[in-house]
Amino acid sequence: MIPRTDYHIERFTLANGLRVVLNRDASVPLVGVAVVYDVGVRSEPPGRTGFAHLFEHLMFQGSANLEKLAHFRYVQGAGGTFNGSTHLDYTDYFQTVPSNALERMMFLEADRMGAPLLTEENLRNQIDVVKEEIRVNVLNRPYGGFPWLKLPPVLFDTFPNAHDGYGSFADLEAATVEDATEFFQRFYASGNAVLSIAGDFDTDEAQTLVEKHFGAIPARPAAARSLFAEPDPTNANHTDYVDQLAPAPAVAAAWRVPDPIGQFGQYLACVVLAEVLTDGEASRLVRRLVRKERMVSSVGGYLGFMGDPFDVRHPTALVLQAYLNPDESAEEVLNVIDEELTRLAMDGLTNSELTRISNRIATNLLRSTDAVISRAVRMGVLELQRANPGLINDLPQLIGAVTVEDVQSAAALFPPHSRASIAVRPQISR
Amino acid sequence: MRRLPDLAPSRPLRILPQAERILSNGLTVIAIARRTVPLVELRLHMPFAGDDLAVGSVLTQTLFAGSDKRSIGEIATELQTVGGTLGASLDPDRLQISGNCLFSGLDRMLELLAEVLNSAAYPLTEVARERERLAERIRIARSQPSFLARAALHRQIYGTHPYAIPTPDAAKVREVHVDQLRRLHAKRVRPHGATLVLVGDFDPDHAVDAAVRRLSSWSGRGPAGILPPTPPLIPGPLTLVDRPNAVQSSLRMALPAATRDSPDNAPLQLANLIFGGYFPSRWVENIRETMGYAYSPHSSIEHNPAGSLMLLTAEMATEVTAPVLVETLYELGRLATIPPRKEELEQARQYALGSLLLGMSTQAGIAGLAIKFAGSGLRLPYLREHAQRLTDATVDDVHRAAATYMAPTQAVSLVLGASTRVQDDLAKIVPVAPIPL
Repeated sequence: MIPRTDYHIERFTLANGLRVVLNRDASVPLVGVAVVYDVGVRSEPPGRTGFAHLFEHLMFQGSANLEKLAHFRYVQGAGGTFNGSTHLDYTDYFQTVPSNALERMMFLEADRMGAPLLTEENLRNQIDVVKEEIRVNVLNRPYGGFPWLKLPPVLFDTFPNAHDGYGSFADLEAATVEDATEFFQRFYASGNAVLSIAGDFDTDEAQTLVEKHFGAIPARPAAARSLFAEPDPTNANHTDYVDQLAPAPAVAAAWRVPDPIGQFGQYLACVVLAEVLTDGEASRLVRRLVRKERMVSSVGGYLGFMGDPFDVRHPTALVLQAYLNPDESAEEVLNVIDEELTRLAMDGLTNSELTRISNRIATNLLRSTDAVISRAVRMGVLELQRANPGLINDLPQLIGAVTVEDVQSAAALFPPHSRASIAVRPQISR
Repeated sequence: MRRLPDLAPSRPLRILPQAERILSNGLTVIAIARRTVPLVELRLHMPFAGDDLAVGSVLTQTLFAGSDKRSIGEIATELQTVGGTLGASLDPDRLQISGNCLFSGLDRMLELLAEVLNSAAYPLTEVARERERLAERIRIARSQPSFLARAALHRQIYGTHPYAIPTPDAAKVREVHVDQLRRLHAKRVRPHGATLVLVGDFDPDHAVDAAVRRLSSWSGRGPAGILPPTPPLIPGPLTLVDRPNAVQSSLRMALPAATRDSPDNAPLQLANLIFGGYFPSRWVENIRETMGYAYSPHSSIEHNPAGSLMLLTAEMATEVTAPVLVETLYELGRLATIPPRKEELEQARQYALGSLLLGMSTQAGIAGLAIKFAGSGLRLPYLREHAQRLTDATVDDVHRAAATYMAPTQAVSLVLGASTRVQDDLAKIVPVAPIPL
């Protein structure tokens, strides 16, 4: 029942260590060009919280042959769009452009991979911009940082896993050009990156252009990658905090999950479990918490603090979050979640429940790769973390192969005594 | 020194294979083939002009809450079985249903859609719960500064026009009754004048056939009619809406804009881009990349059926609120009085043309465009004509459009923020009228 895509994928590695993934798709007159670096929030040093993201901003501030603002002008002046984003385990830079601008995009990405322009003036300007970004997304809105910045320190003990990836203003302001240069040297090596291109191009010609623009970048090996594993929690851990802007309470819970790469089979069962619990009106927790008990106005569940289960390494988490109706208790909601997990672990689910959930996950996965740039980024991350960009074609059917027994076993992995949780309390109770 | 590569010759906009039919019940069906991912996107547009937004909003949340055959859980279950989902949304102009499913599930999704259109039951318990949920969501939305700023601006610029209140009051939502929902359904959820768009991995004629099979039994005629045109903008003092202790201020400015069918539309679109409509624009380069005042300032043109306008949006730290206003007035005034440089226009033009390609590059993007256009009586080939107008616009055309529409004296301006900290400085620049939240 679940269909399969058949994206044709070419992989090769340049002499300087840069890995390259190509997916030719002539159905749109566009190309998506992504560069993914193996560095993210978890790699930033103590005292420099938020630095990976700040550095992402600096990569748009010019490079050896491009002045400040040139990147934006050349991408959008070719009819395209661009962005970058910083994740726990990687940072991506990406452009979608009409296909006649392919070579220009390669030039831009190669230029900053070779030598970004790291100046004091640009650093100070982008610290200001990032502080505005944090004000918009965290400080000036209700539920800012809930739960993606607030929950990791409750679930994890070590700095890489627990700290605030947006950064404190003090740490951001303390950043220096020297820090940036060092960060670039260590993490932005050709051997630590993947170039991924999807869309309308001639594969031979693209290979030649990749060699022409990226081949000359001096080889720097990837820095030895840190492992961020830490022991699983042995006790439940709960905190709550007041959000002065929030009009109603909220609660989120997280548990550690199997290694997304080393224990992929078990991990996939957890991906399915999250949707069994929360996807749609017929899901377990919507039925129970929203419709039967009327305790919450909405509930959601997913793997990984940033919502994408297939772009994160070990250790990561199952996250469930709910916005409570006024006067409802976070503790009661957590109890119901525990009951539903126990029920799934004891009684399992039917094949038809599993099938419809798998079909819905498959639709969402397929839908998320329709845009050439989303596909390029996904393939790039799969190459970076798993050396297997072709997994993009297999994922929907692999989800479909998860069995009721797998999901039942997965449900048993999340008992109350290894749960981390946070509750948001509104300033004024009604 | 490496040299920037030239662009290769560009490829033309391709219009995808499509089929269109008007059913005997008055429903227009448009099917567009884009056979990339094995999925189908669905959009259904029904006119709503002039009806009650509170009742309509509860209707969107309960339309799929039960039929004469199935409960809310059974409808959701049946849809998921084909990988599908359906949901409804509302604005003052139209009621819209959106959904998607695996390509093999199109017929089943249409069957379930027809069942709900013909026999939505609005069960009392589901309605009672969903109106509370919606009221709670509205209450949460009202704590977002972006929502508050937009609501305050709409009240000011639209006055008594229905666009003034795009989101109903939570209290009114709580009062909606089942009878009102059934009456509104009978009046508005009707095929005559509605448009169904399907985009996906199919033969478009087959998709239209499937829609004819499943939706021909849907019947009835809703009131035609569109909303009256929006009132002209009336410039005045800057409205300062107090949000005590806010760490950031929200600036909103509305300017007049040419409608989609006006010859000024393409030149004004380019003028907007040059001003603040994309990243390498004057406003963004100034207040973000040079001054570091704001993270994502943006200006855009909104084409709504009852009128068009240009909207400037920026969030900035409380202490730089007045400086942002200074730079904004400067950049608007500069573009309204001095012609843009030729290179600026070429860059904006390429971006506008590229955006047409990007907008047509996914099933969901195509479905969204096609249904929006259908609401204004347009079809996707309109984009080809629009591309030609973008290509033909000269520096003079763009200058004239900027001079006509973008003079800061024509703006309606609003700041939401901590009044006690921003009012004195703002009042040094423009007259300020403070109001409470």
